[in-house]
Amino acid sequence: MEKKLTSSDFFWAFIRSNFLQGSWNMERMQALGYAFGMVPILRRLYEGEELKKAMKRHLEFYNTQPFVTAPIIGITAALEEKRANGADIPDGVINGIKVGMMGPLAGVGDPIFWGTLRPITAALGASFALSGSILGPIIFFVLFNAIRLWVRYYGIKYGYTKGTDIVQDVAGNKLQKLTEGASILGLFVMGALVNKWTSVNIPVVVSTITNAKGETVVTTVQTILDQLMPGLVPLLMTFACMALMKRKVNAIWIIFGLFAIGIICYGLGIMNVK
Amino acid sequence: MELSGIQIILIFIVSAIAGMGSVLDELQTHRPLIACTVTGLILGDMTTGIIIGGTLEMIALGWMNIGAAMAPDAALASVISTILVIAGHQDIAAGIAIAMPLAAAGQVLTILCRTLTVVFQHWADGFAEKGELRGIDLCHLGALGIQALRVSIPSTLVAMYIGTGAVQAMLDAIPQVVTGGLQVAGGFIVVVGYAMVINMMGAKYLMPFFFLGFVVAAFTTFNLVALGVIGLVLAIVYIQLNPKYAAVAAAPAASSGSSDADDDLDDELD
Repeated sequence: MEKKLTSSDFFWAFIRSNFLQGSWNMERMQALGYAFGMVPILRRLYEGEELKKAMKRHLEFYNTQPFVTAPIIGITAALEEKRANGADIPDGVINGIKVGMMGPLAGVGDPIFWGTLRPITAALGASFALSGSILGPIIFFVLFNAIRLWVRYYGIKYGYTKGTDIVQDVAGNKLQKLTEGASILGLFVMGALVNKWTSVNIPVVVSTITNAKGETVVTTVQTILDQLMPGLVPLLMTFACMALMKRKVNAIWIIFGLFAIGIICYGLGIMNVK
Repeated sequence: MELSGIQIILIFIVSAIAGMGSVLDELQTHRPLIACTVTGLILGDMTTGIIIGGTLEMIALGWMNIGAAMAPDAALASVISTILVIAGHQDIAAGIAIAMPLAAAGQVLTILCRTLTVVFQHWADGFAEKGELRGIDLCHLGALGIQALRVSIPSTLVAMYIGTGAVQAMLDAIPQVVTGGLQVAGGFIVVVGYAMVINMMGAKYLMPFFFLGFVVAAFTTFNLVALGVIGLVLAIVYIQLNPKYAAVAAAPAASSGSSDADDDLDDELD
């Protein structure tokens, strides 16, 4: 009798795939998590020795952006199904496809999800949260998870129906367009955030003049900088941070460094809160 | 403020969920916006929790695990700093400042835990050998449990001792120049997160869009939604007009490719 995966198998694989990174470890990273997700599928297709071999097959090194694992699960499910029905698919091929896909898909998933979707939904949520509104956390939670679950759910179906054809999609235009578009949106919003959601005030007085009307006009370093371009100091700080991180300086040390700068400048009266 | 037994138990549960969230990275329960809000709710002051969450979220905006590189830990920082601010009666700036060393400590702890869970991976190999799927499930979930304890143990300890004078006295001993300085630093500490995101994109040729965003924000009062829409439109137009994509589209449809792109732009303008 031909073995066929049921929709409940896919449903449970989907549920389990939400725990992909639970056992993330320094040796094989998401390997155990991937096997955990494949359990409902392999249990349907194999038994005895074949099941043992299948489980071992999916305990090999694996690591990618977690959400884009969905189509890979779909493809491997399709391949395992064919294999269980007698097709000659060696172990190396299934693993080769997993390993071959995880790099390019991470290249798509990282900028889209970590570089654009999360920072933008989080910044939107934070903008409400700063005034104490419960809408902030809710907007972030609902928006981010709705998109994430959609990708996880349909990703598996997409991978299963398209099978290895998906490799062409990865190499082709569609995903490249999506990645590039997401990067543009992400960078545009980052630029806006650097300007809007930072505050630096340098109250050092440059000149105090009494004008024709008899009013005293105080010019500080900050007034001059703001006339030049508002947000110039945070912009320069952002570039400094980028340069430091490119030199592999841990972000936490940079944060401590900026704290130190804040304390010293405040102590010397060079900076204060606006 | 001394916490009740129920509050301490709830802190244990919520910090365990945040700890799991920080390794899973799915539901985002480890993000300050969520973790601080729920911790605030438990401590009876959700509004303060939300504000700490928003402030910390901006700092943590670019904290992400890429490949094998671990980010500072938002979960530990969120839960403990919220306890310190609400139950320890600190102001938010001081709470945020204390959150940073906690995030660094959390980062070391998570690397430790992720090394420890190699053992579970090997146990799972053993279960696969015997064909015991249940065992593989348990190994996976056991490793997840370690990550939960990583955050919940320190958080619960802080929750238990916050009522005693020791923590309070320590926090109160911070000199004014430090708290003031931290408040000043709070204004620009967020750039670290922005820099992380920009670096991760690794698309130098798209940097003009970054500068455009900067200038538009500098000279308008648009809110984030408006800026997001502008960014989206720019992205769409860029993709439509990019000859790199038009060339491929033109290949099957002969010469119609480039005029398609023009039509799309016309539609966009109408």
